[in-house]
Amino acid sequence: MLAADLLVAQNIGFGIIAVIMVVGALRVVTTSNVVHAALWLVTVLAGAAAQYVLLAAEFVAVTQVLVYIGAVMVLFLFGTMLTRARIGSEKEVNNKNWFMGVPIAVLLLATMLIALNDGFGSEELPADPDTLVNTQMISDQIFGPYLLPFWALSFVLLAAVIGAIVLARRD
Amino acid sequence: MSTMSVLAVDLPYWAQSLLRVLGGLVAVLLPAGTIVYVFLFKMMSFMQSRLGPMEAGPFGSMQLFAEVGKWLQKEDIYPERADKFIFKLAPLIVLASTFLLVAVVPFGPDAWFTNFEAGIFYALAVSSVSVLGILIAGWASANKYSLLGGLRAAGQLIAYELPMILAVIGVVIQAGSMNLQDIVLAQNTGSMFGWDGLGNPYVLTQFVGFVVFMIAVQAELTQAPFDMPIAESELVSGYMTEYSGFRFLIFFIGEFATAGVFAMIASILFLGGWGVPFAWFGWSDIDSIDNWMNIVGPLILFTKMMLVVFVIMWVRFSYPRFREDQLQRFAWKVLIPISLVNIMVTAILKVAF
Repeated sequence: MLAADLLVAQNIGFGIIAVIMVVGALRVVTTSNVVHAALWLVTVLAGAAAQYVLLAAEFVAVTQVLVYIGAVMVLFLFGTMLTRARIGSEKEVNNKNWFMGVPIAVLLLATMLIALNDGFGSEELPADPDTLVNTQMISDQIFGPYLLPFWALSFVLLAAVIGAIVLARRD
Repeated sequence: MSTMSVLAVDLPYWAQSLLRVLGGLVAVLLPAGTIVYVFLFKMMSFMQSRLGPMEAGPFGSMQLFAEVGKWLQKEDIYPERADKFIFKLAPLIVLASTFLLVAVVPFGPDAWFTNFEAGIFYALAVSSVSVLGILIAGWASANKYSLLGGLRAAGQLIAYELPMILAVIGVVIQAGSMNLQDIVLAQNTGSMFGWDGLGNPYVLTQFVGFVVFMIAVQAELTQAPFDMPIAESELVSGYMTEYSGFRFLIFFIGEFATAGVFAMIASILFLGGWGVPFAWFGWSDIDSIDNWMNIVGPLILFTKMMLVVFVIMWVRFSYPRFREDQLQRFAWKVLIPISLVNIMVTAILKVAF
């Protein structure tokens, strides 16, 4: 591939965001403060949203912001602040068995690389913006051919909600 | 990318970007300043049988500049045991979420910052980012009142985000689009059950959604009666306790700028946005008058925004504060069921007509 093909705005943007995401992800596990770790995780998730925008998947990007940053991370922070988040660095944040995570992470990365390479190979996004996937097409897919998995997923979520209520109730 | 033309003048890309940044600053700061002067200084004073600021400028209209000057020249202090970086970062996150919000607001046929296809969905998503700023502001202050205020704010904002999103779904079903520009057009060129004398402003056909949305906005803006997070009689002033000088100013601007932007979004979703729904307005041939409309449209939207903010502030100055349990119960047991029923009824009617 020629350098002229690589140096388009999207590729440069991808590179910058990717570096921020990798640094953020490393800081999540190396920082010694729980809240700082959560905020680095926010950086990583926001970077993922930015990458979706670069892929012209705006609906997925917005969902990423709404679900992960607006809800999941806020609940994370809410939970840690209610219980044990101190200001300054803590010694016992790291688990002794942290190295067990390394082979699992490598295995996951390999699985994803193989699956993505096998599934898409050298396919490219269509250059014509009209043929890109938009929100309507996503909803048509969800409420059409993927209706059954969608229902199954909502039952999983319902079970989680009921479980949470059962755990939280004292009487 | 096609070139954008402003009032028939073609602009290069850098000039467009500069114009967008300046436009964004105006669209956020001008409503915020107007809201603070007209409602916070004057309307509140009149409702309490006093005059409010009278000395700076005619009828005290320059008071805001005096206040901003005062805040800017204050010393930048933070608590000794605070997490300094996060303490400084938090107000910026809150303000950034406001600036991101205004990016999808359409002010006229072509007067928008970006014509985003999933516009309203984007607006709801970025507005939820401000919770993060409030939460870490409370934590980083190293103060139990601040932390309690931050936690209360997070609990409240998460609870009221749901009815807000659910109320908007009714509008999206009726308009058949999440694009705010399309929602404006659908209201102004639509008809209510076959009668098109007034278009189809969703404040009439989505009245339940409008009421739920406005209550949720009130809670998202933490205005009384939903001001538990900054309850001054219990928590000093919640997550803002340790902030002073220009960092407090950023929170202050953020609060009223967000009120302005949410009022704009409410006017777009329910009151017809930058247009008025009459035939003489020229809807049948809107493209031929779009230069003209790009100037009048923002003024119409601004008028509607002031109306909506008036209601928000009226409620703010009139009602006492909710208790925490009442607040949560109201969101989960009243607003969410109502908005779910509203979605169902809207969907059935949409299919039937």
